[in-house]
Amino acid sequence: MDKFRRKDLLGIKDLSAEEIKIILQVAETFREVSRRDVKKVPTLRGKTIINLFFEPSTRTRTSFELAAKRLSADAVNISTSTSSLAKGETILDMAKNLDAMAPHVIVVRHSSAGVPSQLAKASRASIVNAGDGSNEHPTQALLDAMTIYEHKGRIEGLKVAILGDILHSRVARSNIYLLTKLGAEVHVAGPNTLVPQDFQHLVKKGLTICPKIELAIQDADVVMVLRIQKERMNEAFFPTMREYSIHYGLTKERLKLAKSDAIVLHPGPMNRGVEIASDVADGSSSLILNQVEYGLAVRMAVLYLLTGGED
Amino acid sequence: MRLLILGGHLIDPAERQNSGKNVLIEDGKIKAWLNQDEPIPEDVEIFDATGMIVAPGFIDLHVHLREPGQEHKETIATGSAAAVAGGFTSICCMPNTNPVNDNAAITRFIIEQGNRAGLANVFPIGAITKKSEGTELAEMGEMKSAGIVAVSDDGRPVPNAGIMRRAMEYAKDFDLTVVDHCEDKSLSVGGVMHEGKWSLLLGLKGIPALAEELDAFRDVLLAELTGAKVHIAHISTKGAIEAVRLAKQKGLKVTCEVAPHHFTLTDSAVNGYNTNTKMSPPLRSEEHLEAVLEAIKDGTIDAIATDHAPHHPDEKNLEFDRAPFGIIGLETAVGLAFKQLVHTGVIDLVRMVEMFSTNPARIFNLQGRGTLRPGAIADVTIIDPDLEWTYNVENTRSKSRNTPFDGWKFQGGVVATIVGGKVVYHRE
Repeated sequence: MDKFRRKDLLGIKDLSAEEIKIILQVAETFREVSRRDVKKVPTLRGKTIINLFFEPSTRTRTSFELAAKRLSADAVNISTSTSSLAKGETILDMAKNLDAMAPHVIVVRHSSAGVPSQLAKASRASIVNAGDGSNEHPTQALLDAMTIYEHKGRIEGLKVAILGDILHSRVARSNIYLLTKLGAEVHVAGPNTLVPQDFQHLVKKGLTICPKIELAIQDADVVMVLRIQKERMNEAFFPTMREYSIHYGLTKERLKLAKSDAIVLHPGPMNRGVEIASDVADGSSSLILNQVEYGLAVRMAVLYLLTGGED
Repeated sequence: MRLLILGGHLIDPAERQNSGKNVLIEDGKIKAWLNQDEPIPEDVEIFDATGMIVAPGFIDLHVHLREPGQEHKETIATGSAAAVAGGFTSICCMPNTNPVNDNAAITRFIIEQGNRAGLANVFPIGAITKKSEGTELAEMGEMKSAGIVAVSDDGRPVPNAGIMRRAMEYAKDFDLTVVDHCEDKSLSVGGVMHEGKWSLLLGLKGIPALAEELDAFRDVLLAELTGAKVHIAHISTKGAIEAVRLAKQKGLKVTCEVAPHHFTLTDSAVNGYNTNTKMSPPLRSEEHLEAVLEAIKDGTIDAIATDHAPHHPDEKNLEFDRAPFGIIGLETAVGLAFKQLVHTGVIDLVRMVEMFSTNPARIFNLQGRGTLRPGAIADVTIIDPDLEWTYNVENTRSKSRNTPFDGWKFQGGVVATIVGGKVVYHRE
C-alpha cells in the first residue's frame, strides 16, 4: 500500500498502472465485507466524508455513502441540483467553507469538467471525483476494470468495445485511460457526430476508432455500452432514438459478432431498447448488476487509500 | 515647456528611422530630432534615455475598460493607468459597456472620463448596431462626430451578412474601420476552449477554428464587395490568417491584429482548468500558433492588440464552464512581444514598433500619432531592451487580476510613457 500516496483521486489520466492495480487489490479485500451479515468494519472510524453532489445521482451517491458507512466513517450528503454556486458563491468559497469543517474526504460530482481539480487546489481535504462533466469518472472505470478482472482473469490483451456517445462521456474517457494503461485494446464506435477522430490523440497506444460499431464488436471480449442522452437529439447529434437503436444499439444479433464468452457492461442508468436491447441487458452475458457490487468495493478501497488507511 | 529625450536610439518606422537621435518636445508636439553630437539646447528638461529605445507611442486597438456599467472590473482611470504602465499612450476601447456605446452621449462620456484620468489617450470604438443586437445600425455618423475611431459589435459579432454588408457600406461614408470579432456562434455555441485534442482530454466543450474562419472569409468577401476598411480582431487561426492573406493579395483594405496570448500560449495551458486560460477566441493548438508566428513574420498580421478584458476574481473563480472569457493584458504585452517575438528572432525591434504603433495608427487613421516626425503629437514609449523584470499581478494598476502570466520573467520592458509631451509613467 506504500505506493499509493495521493491526496486526491481526480481521474485515471494521471494514475500509473501500478496505482490502478493497488486500488483494485484493496477493493478485492473489501468485497468480502459486503458479503458479511454485519456489513461493517471499523477501519475509518472518526473520519468524515462529505458527498457533494451537484448533479442528480442515485447509484453513485448511494454507493459512496454505503462505502463510507461500511468503513465506519461519518458520511454527510449534500445533494443539490441548483448549486449554491449559483447564488454567487465561488468554487474557492465553497472549498474553504467545507474545509473549515475539516472533513477527511470530499466526494464531488459536478456537471462542469474540472471542478474536482479546482476544489483540490483550494482544499486540504482529499477530493474524490465522482464524475465531472465530460471529463472523468474514475471510480466507474475502476469498477468496470474490477468486473472485467473477476470474469476474464486479466485485462492485458483483451479487446474491449466501447459504444455510443464517446464525445460527452466521462465514463468512456476514464475507461480508455484505464484499460489502455493495463494493456487492453480499446475500440470505440458510435455515430460519427459523437466519436470525433481527434480521440485518437487521447492515449499513445491501444485505442482504435472504428467507423462501424460492428467492427468494434467483432471478436470483442468485453462490450461496454454507454447511455445515450436524449438532449443530444436537440443538438443535432442524431435524429431519433428509434434510428439510434436500429443503427447503433447493442442487439442480440450484433452481440453475436463478439466472442462467445464476451461480457456486456453498462454504467447505468440504461435506456432499454435504445442503446441496449432488453434481452441483452438481462441476458447471460450481462454483468450490469455485478458492476454495482464491485462499485461499492472500489469506493471503499479509494476512501481507505486516500485517508491513509489505519495509520 | 520643453523636454529633451537624450541619448536614446530612435525607431520610427513611418520615417524609416533607426539610429541614435535626441528628440526635442515642445508644447506637446515633436519639435525636432537632434544629432547626438549637437549641443544640448538651453531651457530644456532632460529625460535620460541612454541605452534605450525611443519609439512613437504604442497604441492598443483593442481594450475593454468596463466603464460605464461594470466599474467593479475596471474603470477608465484604472485601465488608463495599466495602459501607460504597459507602454501604451493610446487605447481604443470596445463598446460592450453597459449601456453599450451605441450613441454620441456615451461616446462623449467615455472621452471625458479619459480626459479626467489624464493618462493615456482614450479612443472609443462605437457599436455597429444598436445595443450590439445585430439588427439596426447604430448612429455611426453622430458617434464619429463625438470622437469614435472605429465601429465594432465586438464579442457579439453581427451574425447577419446582409446587415454586415450595410454596416460596411455605411461606415465607409464616415471613413470608419469596421472591426470584427470573427465568430460564427452557431459553431461555437456552448464552447469554452479550442476544439481539439485538449478539449477532448479535458472534457470541455470545444470552439472549432472554423467558427472564426467562416466569419473571417465572410468579412473578406464583404470587404471586396463594399470596399470598406475591415479589421479582423484578435486573429487566432490558420484559416482566418489565410483569409486575410487572400484579402491582401487582392489589395483589399483588410487588416488584422493579434493578441499576445495567441502568440504565446496554446490550448495545452488549459490543462489544470485555470480560468485565466479561458478567453475568446480561445487559446489554439500548436498548429495555429505556428501559423500566427508565420503571419507576424511575413507581415500578414499588422498589429499587436491586447484584448485587455478585466474580470473580477469573484467571476473568474467559478467552474471553467461558467467563468467569463478574457484576461487582462496591458502590462504584459511588451514583455511578451520581447519574449516570444524579438528574442526568438521572429521579428526585429523595428517591426515590433511597427506592430505596436505605426500600423495601429494607420488602421484607425489616428492623425499625428504612430510617428515621431517633427510636428507629430508627442506620444512616446521608451523601452529598455535589456531590462529584466518579473510581472507580479499583485502590483497591477488594473482593477482586475485575471492573467495567466503572473510571475513570468521578462527581458525587455517599458521604462517610460510620454503622452502629449508629459511623462505619465516612469518605471521606478
